[in-house]
Amino acid sequence: MGIYSVLGKNLEDVKNSLFQGKSGVILDPLRKEMGFRSALTGMVDRPVLKGVLDRRMRIGMAVQGEYAYMATLEALRVAGIEQSFLDQHEVGILYGNDSSAVPVVESVDILRDKKDTMMIGSGYIFQSMNSTVSMNLSVIFKLRGINFTIAGACASGSHAIGMGYLLIKQGLQDIIICGGAQEINPEATASFDALNAFSTNESEPSKASRPFDRDRDGLVPSGGAASVILESYDSAIRRGANILGEVVGYGFSSNGEHISLPNVDGPRRAMEMALKDSGMGAEKIDYINAHATSTQAGDSNEAQAIDEVFGKTKPLVSSTKSMTGHEMWMGGASEVIYSILMMQDSFVAPNINFINPDEFSTKLNIALKTTPAEINAFLSNSFGFGGTNSALVIRKFSL
Amino acid sequence: MHQSMNHLMQNDEIITKINQLLIDEIEIDEDQIRPEADLKKDLGIDSLDFVDLFVIIENNFGFKMKAEEMSDVKTLHDFYTYIIKRVNPN
Repeated sequence: MGIYSVLGKNLEDVKNSLFQGKSGVILDPLRKEMGFRSALTGMVDRPVLKGVLDRRMRIGMAVQGEYAYMATLEALRVAGIEQSFLDQHEVGILYGNDSSAVPVVESVDILRDKKDTMMIGSGYIFQSMNSTVSMNLSVIFKLRGINFTIAGACASGSHAIGMGYLLIKQGLQDIIICGGAQEINPEATASFDALNAFSTNESEPSKASRPFDRDRDGLVPSGGAASVILESYDSAIRRGANILGEVVGYGFSSNGEHISLPNVDGPRRAMEMALKDSGMGAEKIDYINAHATSTQAGDSNEAQAIDEVFGKTKPLVSSTKSMTGHEMWMGGASEVIYSILMMQDSFVAPNINFINPDEFSTKLNIALKTTPAEINAFLSNSFGFGGTNSALVIRKFSL
Repeated sequence: MHQSMNHLMQNDEIITKINQLLIDEIEIDEDQIRPEADLKKDLGIDSLDFVDLFVIIENNFGFKMKAEEMSDVKTLHDFYTYIIKRVNPN
């Protein structure tokens, strides 16, 4: 696995940030000038790829593709997979991504200015499509297996891992690069800011994202990319790979109701399905990485859903979005990585800024601070607009 | 004589500018820049790069390349000649 996140640009840095409960949220003054309600955002530098990738590989990549390239490089390195292996085996890619705003805006701006499509150049089309990440990475790494993008709103990254798991389970692929990427820029989030969904606690950026806290006032948009190398058991054993965890359950559902307002039933069904698929009871789950984004409706509904499924067992719960902000299309993949890092080092990262519970979060066992914990299995929730829900169950690997 | 010198200088300037644009914008290795170099085979300029050359030439020389005029342009020398003709029609 590999990560390029507002908490750090590699696994080690991210693990330390998680352990320390460090926030990656800043105030972006440009957004204020542009007319945003909230200028808060997670932030990570744009990778410098000149001299690393040739021009043709670079100019078709939007910023989230660059993040994803960095995350995938680390993931392949950690998995012990070199280019020569990719050349000789049928490795696929399923990546979560659900927007690419800047190249769309820029290319149309050029057209409006020059009134000639020929002045747009060759790169924008490959940056503009939702499949920009999978199409670019598949070319850069010369992948020859399954190759497409999962667009499932804020559950995209989670569904990508879930779909990869199903394909491998079906015996259709041995190895798939799964992940999620999220661009960080005002263009991508302006229309989301328009929904009054973002926290306006601009005086203290690191305290703005406060999932499950009574006084939460909205989410903080964020981004980056996260890649996991999903591999069949046989292939991993054959390669002598260092197995970091085992995907054992994938549950999904759709709320069938409102386009933006979440409910309790959909998430509950996704969690139950994931548990059933895993063959484990609720008591086997040691940690839940909640979707909770710091919105009033979302967090309270998820708290109720978690309580319905895990009310008797009360595993530790935290939303790492308290530190990262909402990584949207990336979040479902990054939060699996955050949780695996915790599983490896036997701790649960804190749900920072959780001071006072509300009537629903008071029923959960929320990690207020970094908590030592043996995690043998965890569940990671991701929900998105349109009522799409995904839950993954991952357990520690043992021979 | 003066006129002719002036014209030669202009052509040299154009060639220098084209070379620099190929190095900076298309990232062609400086060592590969030779008049006899085949644009596709030697310099690796593919159909997508031609789309970018269209933009680069208009932004730097102020005219639009026409695809139908490019059909005989095979080498870098052909490309210089084409650009020079468009910049200095006489």
